[in-house]
Amino acid sequence: MTASRESAVLILEDGRIMRGERYGASGVTFGEAVFSTGMTGYQETLTDPSYDRQIVIMTSPHVGNTGVNDEDPESSRIWVAGYVVRDPSRVASNWRSTQSLDDRLVAEGIVGISGVDTRALTRHLRDHGAMRMGIFTGAHAMRRVEELCEQVRLSPAMMGADLTSEVTTAEPYVVPATGERLFTVVAVDLGIKAMTPHRMAERGIEVRVVPGSITAQEILALQPDGVFFANGPGDPAAASAAVDAMTGVLAARVPTFGICFGHQMLGRALGLSTYKLRYGHRGINQPVQDLRTRKVEITAHNHGFAVDAPRDQPFATPFGRAEVSHVCLNDGVVEGLRCLDTPAFSVQYHPEAAAGPHDAAYLFDEFVSLMVGASHGGDR
Amino acid sequence: MPRREDLRSVMVIGSGPIVIGQACEFDYSGTQACRVLREEGLRVILVNSNPATIMTDPEFSDATYIEPITPAFVERIIEKEKPDAILATLGGQTALNTAIALHQSGALARHGVELIGADVEAIERGENREIFRTIVAQVGAESARSAICHTIAECIEAVDDLGYPVVVRPSFTMGGAGSGIAYDEADLRRMAGDGLRASPTTEVLLEESIIGWKEYELELMRDRRDNVVVVCSIENLDPMGVHTGDSITVAPSMTLTDREYQRMRDVGIEIIRAVGVDTGGCNIQFAVNPADGRLIVIEMNPRVSRSSALASKATGFPIAKIAAKLAVGYTLDEIPNDITRQTPASFEPSLDYVVVKVPRFAFEKFPQADPVLTTTMKSVGEAMAIGRNFTEALQKALRSLEKADAVFGWPADRADVDCAEALRLMSKPHDGRLSLVQRALWAGASMAEVFQATGIDPWFLDQINLINEVADEVRAAASLDEDVLRRAKRHGFSDLQVARLRGMSESGVRAARHGLGVRPVYKTVDTCAAEFAALTPYHYSSYDEENEAIASDMTKVIILGSGPNRIGQGIEFDYSCVHAALTLRDAGYETIMINCNPETVSTDYDTSDRLYFEPLTLEDVLEVVHVESAAGTLLGVIVQLGGQTPLGLAQSLKDAGVPIIGTTPESIHLAEDRGAFGQVLAQAGLPAPRHGTASSFPQAQAIAAEVGYPVLVRPSYVLGGRGMEIVYDDGMLADYLGRATEINPEHPVLIDRFLDDAIEIDVDALYDGTELFLAGVMEHIEEAGIHSGDSACALPPVTLGAADIGRIRDSTLAIAHGVGVRGLLNVQYAMAGDVLYVLEANPRASRTVPFVSKATTVPVAKAAARVMVGQSIASLRREGLLPESGDGGTMPAGCAVSVKEAVLPFGRFLGVDTVLGPEMRSTGEVMGIDDNFGIAYAKSQEAAYTGGLPTSGTAFVSLANRDKRAAIFPLKRLADLGFEILATAGTADILGRNGVAARVLRKHHEGPGPNGEPTTVQAIMAGEVSLIVNTPYGVGPRLDGYEIRTAAVNMGIPSITTVQGLAAAVQGIESLQRADAGVRSLQEHARDLAALRGGGHGTVGSS
Ligand SMILES: Nc1ncnc2c1ncn2[C@@H]1O[C@H](COP(=O)(O)OP(=O)(O)O)[C@@H](O)[C@H]1O
Ligand SMILES: Nc1ncnc2c1ncn2[C@@H]1O[C@H](COP(=O)(O)OP(=O)(O)O)[C@@H](O)[C@H]1O
Ligand SMILES: [Mg+2]
Ligand SMILES: [Mg+2]
Repeated sequence: MTASRESAVLILEDGRIMRGERYGASGVTFGEAVFSTGMTGYQETLTDPSYDRQIVIMTSPHVGNTGVNDEDPESSRIWVAGYVVRDPSRVASNWRSTQSLDDRLVAEGIVGISGVDTRALTRHLRDHGAMRMGIFTGAHAMRRVEELCEQVRLSPAMMGADLTSEVTTAEPYVVPATGERLFTVVAVDLGIKAMTPHRMAERGIEVRVVPGSITAQEILALQPDGVFFANGPGDPAAASAAVDAMTGVLAARVPTFGICFGHQMLGRALGLSTYKLRYGHRGINQPVQDLRTRKVEITAHNHGFAVDAPRDQPFATPFGRAEVSHVCLNDGVVEGLRCLDTPAFSVQYHPEAAAGPHDAAYLFDEFVSLMVGASHGGDR
Repeated sequence: MPRREDLRSVMVIGSGPIVIGQACEFDYSGTQACRVLREEGLRVILVNSNPATIMTDPEFSDATYIEPITPAFVERIIEKEKPDAILATLGGQTALNTAIALHQSGALARHGVELIGADVEAIERGENREIFRTIVAQVGAESARSAICHTIAECIEAVDDLGYPVVVRPSFTMGGAGSGIAYDEADLRRMAGDGLRASPTTEVLLEESIIGWKEYELELMRDRRDNVVVVCSIENLDPMGVHTGDSITVAPSMTLTDREYQRMRDVGIEIIRAVGVDTGGCNIQFAVNPADGRLIVIEMNPRVSRSSALASKATGFPIAKIAAKLAVGYTLDEIPNDITRQTPASFEPSLDYVVVKVPRFAFEKFPQADPVLTTTMKSVGEAMAIGRNFTEALQKALRSLEKADAVFGWPADRADVDCAEALRLMSKPHDGRLSLVQRALWAGASMAEVFQATGIDPWFLDQINLINEVADEVRAAASLDEDVLRRAKRHGFSDLQVARLRGMSESGVRAARHGLGVRPVYKTVDTCAAEFAALTPYHYSSYDEENEAIASDMTKVIILGSGPNRIGQGIEFDYSCVHAALTLRDAGYETIMINCNPETVSTDYDTSDRLYFEPLTLEDVLEVVHVESAAGTLLGVIVQLGGQTPLGLAQSLKDAGVPIIGTTPESIHLAEDRGAFGQVLAQAGLPAPRHGTASSFPQAQAIAAEVGYPVLVRPSYVLGGRGMEIVYDDGMLADYLGRATEINPEHPVLIDRFLDDAIEIDVDALYDGTELFLAGVMEHIEEAGIHSGDSACALPPVTLGAADIGRIRDSTLAIAHGVGVRGLLNVQYAMAGDVLYVLEANPRASRTVPFVSKATTVPVAKAAARVMVGQSIASLRREGLLPESGDGGTMPAGCAVSVKEAVLPFGRFLGVDTVLGPEMRSTGEVMGIDDNFGIAYAKSQEAAYTGGLPTSGTAFVSLANRDKRAAIFPLKRLADLGFEILATAGTADILGRNGVAARVLRKHHEGPGPNGEPTTVQAIMAGEVSLIVNTPYGVGPRLDGYEIRTAAVNMGIPSITTVQGLAAAVQGIESLQRADAGVRSLQEHARDLAALRGGGHGTVGSS
């Protein structure tokens, strides 16, 4: 990298501006600025559909050291709207690497900026909350700051955005069980990551991934042993189709498991409200406590919204009693829900953990036991 | 789960003397443990033989025992103190092994003491490599193929399968003692031999070599509820084959994908569970094959380790502190994170910066040692640096080493670098390999070639390329404009490096830089990558945008630490810095610490009000001064506590307008400059050994003739006794000048009259401008000529009378006054005949300050810091920080005697001659304290060397002619005490004539006798000898003496090399035979001393 690299500038909607160098494709991009504190797994992060329309700031200074490979992507493409890093790697050093991250970003037209004080930016978002950002490279970066700032303010906000249609699969597809098939699960794709069906398949589950627009009737027609509601981008308050589907499935008492956005869908189906966090949870070191066992699991998070629920005791819902099963020890945010009279539970975080620690993998086993419980003695 | 209610008192075992592989990181962890346990309202009983530690300060425990860390002594303390539990996981391998021994002997059961932190079974599973391998297999992970052998024969057999090279490793030893890489059977026989000796369980592990693989470490913690967190991942830049302690290491790991990292994490967690470390921390090492990612588990340490200290400083997550809390029953989620204060400790730190640790070696002090880095740790210290990227952190770390050649440099011309040669040399890891790599890459060697030769990951190599490219840009730039400077600074270049590249002066570059407003900002180590607000001011510099270090409006004092540990400057100096921080904080100042040594207590974020983890160079210190001067008032900088490192900065700091607290740079110069100091002595009418400075051989000869042989010669430009030798005639003089140093007007040589048979006396004193407080007078056991740092000494002095001490007091006062000391002064005297010569004066805290503080129960360093900020000794007496009357020179008769013994690293550097001389080579020290000199000395030996002094058996004696007379009496006594005496012919003859029967042994070079009579060396190797007395004679080491002493080291037999040492040993043996030593806490000693002082007894010598 020589000193003469294409210059770039990033601007936040509140006017904060930082100058650096282009990283990835040149051009202009807008999105909600969020920071991720993971020190490994940038390829998984970039390809996580939940990051649709978001510009991700990496707090870890060195990015791209191990290049990119064909095994680690969580979906068929990079979803982030833009990328902000401090020190991009100039080489890709790993035996599995097939391409440098820089080249991949260019190939997928992802506009990014490097060489900025990512820590200062993170502190700014921490103190002022998530907000819109624009990245402009080359000639665009030379334009008047007021003008650029205006453009950022005109870009769409995350609040109220229904993005499921953008990320969900067009056609249903099946991920076969590894080994003998014990169950079939319909996975509603609200922005699902590749590792999730894989984790289920490992447990003898045949996963039928279906578009997010699917209705409860269509799901039940498939006669699944269980239904899974995936993670995904957008404002849970704006997603109505998925909430309706969830409601129908709960009414049919089919074992149900939701994660991330899917967890928020369960929350809403139970009549709970959701709210936007100041700057969200994005990282792979979040301590979550299982309120039953009081055990702490280190988990992968990526959520800007959360469910509002009474933490102290079980509460009544249209589907009987429910309780908060997990909380984040850092800030007390509700991280899990469990229905006590209906076979359904959900977590706000990512048990499939790609990237991230595998501490929460047991939740897939709980999903399996829920289906086992339902199949014998269950009322179907 | 809250803290266990069934615990009332806990015994903490320390790690003993500083040795290679077990340094002051265990003072850091032990000190944290003591703090935590006391906060929990527990009674803390501490055992540690090392007086230089903070943890042995009386205020950190309820009962502090400076006694040998041996099962016998520790059991005596248990009997006396009856603790409920023992915490042994924070005192390194020493504490762990002692605890296990106490368990095996049934002592723990007998006294109903519980081992907390990790139980014996867990320790066994983690430390015994055979059991550990099966655990690794159980959790579905891999170990390197290996074979456990108990005899050499088994070893030879095992290699048929494993092949060469093969790694030889004893279990149960820390820092790889006795381990190595054998390339052929000869190596194998030698190493396996050492290994079997080094391992308490007499077994060695032979292991398939995976040299060149990537090496990683994980630091994990687990609590009673089975919550596990990985605190930190550490990647070794130097691949497998170089001990992690000798490797350049980086946190967090830089070249792992998430899948690889998570696999490592999963395995680590499975292992800590299976091993059963259930209330504490552990360290697990891994190797990764760069070609296919194959993961191999190397070993685990079921305790807090050197890497835990590094990880704590690197992440802000205080592992030792939390381990102590877990040990008494808390769970991770119940412990708040100190730094954010709102989030719990049950999380995994996220770093938004890069940490680099570089080792510091001391091969220059051990010319005969093998400098190739291998599986045995050889470094004596380390420096750590933090930057916002790797290049910044690496270059900061390298300049933190304070070794000119460690910093990257660029010759005028690429042609000046011999790439082929560099590639050849770098294929064997050694100190300074990275500079070779950097130059080779700069001169055109390809990354592939360098990777071939070193196995260093290409990512790191490219970072070095980046640094080289920036250097070229800086050199080529038309002008030194802001862009060029920022880019250079962003990659860690110092003003000095830029200056060299631009052919400017360092100050010139600095002026230009400040002119352009290019200054570092200070970021915060917050454990969470800024996700939460940090409340603890633990800062590091970076050339980035936003500054987080906002100066307060208080009155502040900056304390400069002592940098990486090295021989001659170690933990003793950190001790004084920490004391200054504690006492000045109490006195209402804001204390600001600057240091770069991750092993220390001074770099613990709660020792000072603010911590700047920075190199101790002029540039880095000036920038901290600048940012701290933004508000409030900077009273000044303390340079006299951290040893030579800060002292060397005094003048230039002052020139830059920074106020220096205490002794002024001018006064420092008066003491340090030979000429100037000569004047001071002349004015005070104090004698110094006759001396002169020569810049040519003839001149040297002339001076030698004038002052008279023997003379002591040393290059004028080195410190720490470097290159110092005693020379007896012109021949040796010529040899020395030819061999040891260059001689010319730029590099003159200092020549002193060498004082034969002189008693050396070390003095530490406090001076406030009017009153002198004689803190301690230490009489060396060995005669002058053996570096003060290497010789044992006693306080109060054993043979000096009140009159002598009176003279010492007067001379010291005269020097303190003449030099203009404000604060501490250390003077070394040599008493020859009746003359008290002044050898040197150091206007700073000395190595002996902690020892003196403990022996006299006076917080000398604290008092010094107060004097430096303007308080008078009188006021400190009134305040009670100093005794209201009397001082270290008036120790009451009947008070306890303290003996300091040095600990030498010869066991690490086999083949190095063990004869002591004017060049310091010890790494650490221990203290023995008891009613009389004999027992105190015996305790010091017990603490310093496994086994200590023998109380019976066979002593082998071989003496230099000049020592024979003096040795007769003590040897006679030794015989009377029941020892059989073996001797070489000459010595035996003299002994015989003086009525000491001695059996003659054949000299080594004579070989065994006709009827197989053994030679000295054979007898020693056969284990027939329990004590060796061998005083050196002749020039050069390659004589019998050398072979004998080396054999002694190999067999771990105490080997005495001076007559004075012999006399002391005999006294020690005598008292050991008479009674076995009791144990007494410092707090008790303090009470006794106070009583004696109050009781108006006479003082030492006067009665
Ligand atoms: N099988 C091996 N092949 C090559 N190098 C090894 C092997 N095992 C260990 N090493 C090297 O030796 C060093 C010390 O080994 P280790 O098991 O960690 O002993 P210690 O207890 O002294 O730390 C390691 O840091 C590693 O670099
Ligand atoms: N003139 C001398 N006669 C005898 N021994 C000496 C003399 N000068 C120095 N020494 C010995 O050399 C050691 C180191 O010398 P010193 O001046 O203290 O250097 P350093 O700066 O390394 O402490 C002293 O501790 C002392 O034992
Ligand atoms: Mg090790
Ligand atoms: Mg000295």
